[in-house]
Amino acid sequence: MGHSKTGGGISGVLATLALLWSQTAGADYALNMTRGVTELSREFYDLHMLILWICCAIAVLVFSVMFWSIFKHRKSQGAVAAQFHHSTKAELIWTIIPIIILVGMAFPATKALVKMESTGDADMTVKITGHQWKWHYEYVDAGFGFFSVLAADSNEARALGSGKNPEEVENYLLEVDRPLVLPVGKKVRFLMTANDVIHAWWVPALGWKRDSIPGYINESWARIDEPGTYRGQCAELCGKDHGFMPIVVKAVPEDEYYAWVEEALVAQVDASAGADREWSKDELMTKGEQVYGTFCVACHQPNGQGIPPAFPALAGSVIAAGPVAEHLDRVMNGKPGTAMAAFGAQLNDVDLAAVTTYERNAFGNNAGDVVQPAAIKAARK
Amino acid sequence: MSEAVMHGHEHHDHHPTGWKRWLFTTNHKDIGTLYMLFSLVMFFVGGAMAMVIRAELLHPGLQYVDTQFFNSMTTLHALVMIFGVVMPGTVGFANWLIPMMIGAPDMALPRMNNWSFWILPFAFTLLLVTLFVPGGGPAGGWTMYPPLMLQTGDAMPFVIFAVHFLGASSIMGSINIIATIFNMRAPGMSFMRLPLFVWTWLITSFLLIATIPVLAGAVTMLLTDKYFGTSFFNAAGGGDPVLFQHVFWFFGHPEVYILILPAFGIVSQILPTFSRKPLFGYESMVYATASIAFLSFFVWAHHMFTVGMPLAGELFFMYATMSIAVPTGVKVFNWVSTMWRGSLTFETPMLFAISFVVLFSIGGFSGLMLGITPADFQYHDTYFVVAHFHYVLVTGAIFAMMAGVYYWLPKWTGHMYDETLGQWHFWLSTISVNVLFFPQHFLGLAGMPRRIPDYAVQFAEWNFISSIGGFVFGLSQLLFLYIIVKCIRGGEKATDRVWEGAHGLEWTLSSPPPYHTFVTPPQVTDATAHS
Ligand SMILES: [Cu+2]
Repeated sequence: MGHSKTGGGISGVLATLALLWSQTAGADYALNMTRGVTELSREFYDLHMLILWICCAIAVLVFSVMFWSIFKHRKSQGAVAAQFHHSTKAELIWTIIPIIILVGMAFPATKALVKMESTGDADMTVKITGHQWKWHYEYVDAGFGFFSVLAADSNEARALGSGKNPEEVENYLLEVDRPLVLPVGKKVRFLMTANDVIHAWWVPALGWKRDSIPGYINESWARIDEPGTYRGQCAELCGKDHGFMPIVVKAVPEDEYYAWVEEALVAQVDASAGADREWSKDELMTKGEQVYGTFCVACHQPNGQGIPPAFPALAGSVIAAGPVAEHLDRVMNGKPGTAMAAFGAQLNDVDLAAVTTYERNAFGNNAGDVVQPAAIKAARK
Repeated sequence: MSEAVMHGHEHHDHHPTGWKRWLFTTNHKDIGTLYMLFSLVMFFVGGAMAMVIRAELLHPGLQYVDTQFFNSMTTLHALVMIFGVVMPGTVGFANWLIPMMIGAPDMALPRMNNWSFWILPFAFTLLLVTLFVPGGGPAGGWTMYPPLMLQTGDAMPFVIFAVHFLGASSIMGSINIIATIFNMRAPGMSFMRLPLFVWTWLITSFLLIATIPVLAGAVTMLLTDKYFGTSFFNAAGGGDPVLFQHVFWFFGHPEVYILILPAFGIVSQILPTFSRKPLFGYESMVYATASIAFLSFFVWAHHMFTVGMPLAGELFFMYATMSIAVPTGVKVFNWVSTMWRGSLTFETPMLFAISFVVLFSIGGFSGLMLGITPADFQYHDTYFVVAHFHYVLVTGAIFAMMAGVYYWLPKWTGHMYDETLGQWHFWLSTISVNVLFFPQHFLGLAGMPRRIPDYAVQFAEWNFISSIGGFVFGLSQLLFLYIIVKCIRGGEKATDRVWEGAHGLEWTLSSPPPYHTFVTPPQVTDATAHS
C-alpha cells in the first residue's frame, strides 16, 4: 500500500486550483494495483495486467479505425457515403476472434482460481469476525484472540468538524490499536464470519477480499513472503462507520511471531484476572471509560449524547438510569433490528461490569450503584 | 406530410386543456413528454445528491455531512438515477417514438399508459420523504443487502413500497410496449424492418417483466423479516443473508441491460443518420441484443464473487460473464463499420453518439476485467467498480439519452435547438465526465473501497481531481436544461426530415407532429423502412 509522503510539493497547477489544493501536503498519484507480497497476489496482479493490456490493444485497434473514419470520411472533405450494410465474412471474423481471445484469458484465470480455493495443509488458522465496526481476530491454534479497532488519533480526527488535519495523523484511517500479527513464510488459513451485518476483509497486499457473513464461515489463505506492515479496510458497506474499521497485518519472522504469541497469552490471563474479586467504584469507572471508548463511543458518542434517533443518547436515558437488570440485559443481549450488538458474547465479566457501571455514573447519570463482575456471572446463567 | 396525418389531425383534436390535459392524457406524445420531464427533474435531484457526495470527498476528513447521511446520499443517488432518470427517460423515448416509428396511432393501452406514468411521482415522493423520517433515509446502499438493510429506521417501509410502485409502473409500461409492437405495426412493417430502437425496447420489456417481480419478492421478504418476524435472511433464525444477494442480482443484472439496451437502440438510430449510410449488420444487431438479454439471466453471481461460492459456481459465472463480451463486441464493431466510409457530419447528437461508443466501450472493458474472478477479488467493492458502472451508465445510458434528446427534440418541438450551445454542452460534459470518473479507476486499483465518506490521505489527490470534474459536469447540465427550455420556447423552424440523412417513419411527419398521427396506417416498403 502507498503512504503519504510529507514535504512533497505540487508544482504548477492553475493558481486557483493550487489554493484549493493547499490542504494536501503530499502528492501520491498511485495508478495501479499493488503486486502484493503473496503468491496469490502476484498471480492476480499478473492476470490483471494481462487483461488490461489485451483490452488496451483491442481499444487502440477499434478506436483507430473509428478515428480514421472521423478524420477521413467527413462530408466536409467531400466524402461520399458508401451504401454497404453487411458483410457475413467480417461479422464472422469479429465473432470468432474475440471468442479465441476470451478462451485464452480463461486458462490463466481458471488456474489462479483453483489455487485460491486450495485452503488445505495450512500451518495455522486465524478466525476473523466482523463487528460493527471493528474486527476480532482469534488465533485458533494458540487459543487466544482480541479486538482490533481504529487508532485513537485517527478516530479523533475523523469526527465531523474535528478541526484536526488528517494529513497530520500518521496512517490516517489505516491504523489500529492492535494489528493482526502473522509469521512470514507460513500458510495461514483464514476463517471469516460476522457478528451483525456483512463485512469484507481486504488487505490488497494479500491479493484478495472475502466477505464475512453472519451464519457463514468463509475460507481463504495467504503465505506472506516479506516481513512488513500491510494495511487494508472493510470492503462491504456495513453501516455508518464502514469507512472506519481498518485492517493492519504485521508480518514478522517466525521466531518473533512465537515470542509475540507468548506475550499475548500472558496478557490475556492478566486481562481476565479479577473476575472473582470485589471492585471499587473508581476502578470500575476507569476501566469502564476505557471499554466505552473502544466499543460504545462510535454510536453513543464521547459525551453519551448518541446520534438520535438512530443511535440513542445514554445521558439521561431510561435504560442507563433505570433498573440494573434491564440495563444489563440491553448491554449483554443487544437490541435486535438495530446496530446495538449483544456484548455479552464479546466482552468478559470485568469489562461488562465496568462499562455498565460507567454508563450509569457518567454523562450526568447518577444511579450511584456499581455493577460487580459477579453480577455479570450471575446474569449469564 | 402524408395525407393520413392530415386526416387524423382534423378529427381528433379535442382534448382537455391546462393541467387536466396532463393529468388525464392518454396520448402517447403527452405521456412521453411527461416521462421525459420527470426524468429531467430527477436528473437534477439525483445530481444534487452526487454533488453532496463529491463535496464531502473533495478532501480527506469529514467536512459537511455525518456518515449516516452520506450513506443515505449514495443510496438515494443510485435509486433516483436508476429508477427516476434512466428508466423513465428511456420509457419517455419509447412513448414518443415507438408509435411514430412503427406507424401506429398511439400505444395499445393508452389508459394504462397514463396510470404507469402517474404512479411515478407518488413513488418518488415516498422515496424522498424518507430523508425526513426518524432514523433518516435508507443508508444500506441501493442493493439493500440484509442484515444491514434491516437496521434501517422508519424509512424502510417507505423505500419498499416505493420500489413496489416503481415495479408496477415498469411492468405496465412493458406490457404496453410489447402489446403495441406486436399488434399495431403498420402494414408492411415486419419484425425485421423494425427500427433498432423498437427492437431494443421490445427485448427490454421482456427483461422487465421477467425480473421486476423477482425484485418485488426480494424486498417483500425484507419487509416481513423486519416487521412480521420471518427469518428469510436472518442467520440466527435459520435464514440466509446470501440468499437475498442471489435473488437481488437475478433482477439486478438484467436490470443493467434494461438500462443500457434502449441506449443501444438510440445510438443505432443516430449513427446511420449522420454517417449517411445504413446501419451495418442490422440482423446481427438484433441477434446480438437478444443474446445479451438472454445471457444476462446467467451471470448474476459475478456481482458477488467474494461471498464464498463453490469453485464450480465461480468458474461458471466467470465463463458466462466473459461470453457477454462477444455480442457486445459485435455491437461496437457494427457501429464503427456504420461510420466507416460514410459521409460524416458532427452535429451534437452525433458527437454524443460517438462519445457513447468510445466511453461505453471503456466501461465494457473494465466490465470484462471485473468478470475475471481472481482479479475481481481485488477490484470488488472498490472505486474501480464505481468507475466501471459510471462509464456504462453516465457516458453510456445518459449520453445516449442526451444524444437522443438533441436528435429528436426538433421533431418533438418543431424548433431547432441552439447548435452552438449544444456543442458547448457536449465538450464540457465529455471532458468533465472523464476528469470525474477516469481517476476513480486509479483510486480503486490503489485500494480505496467504495461507499466510504472519508479516506486515507494517499487517495486525496485523485479524489480532489474527481470532485472538480464532478462539479464541472454537474454545472454543465444546467446548460443542457437551458438549451432544452430555449428549444421548447422557440427557435429556427425545423423541417419535417430535420436531418439530411434521417430515415424512418417519424421523419415523414411534420415537426412538431400533429396530436394524433398515423390514424390511417402508412404502407411500409423496403424503401421507407429503417435506414
Ligand atoms: Cu465492515
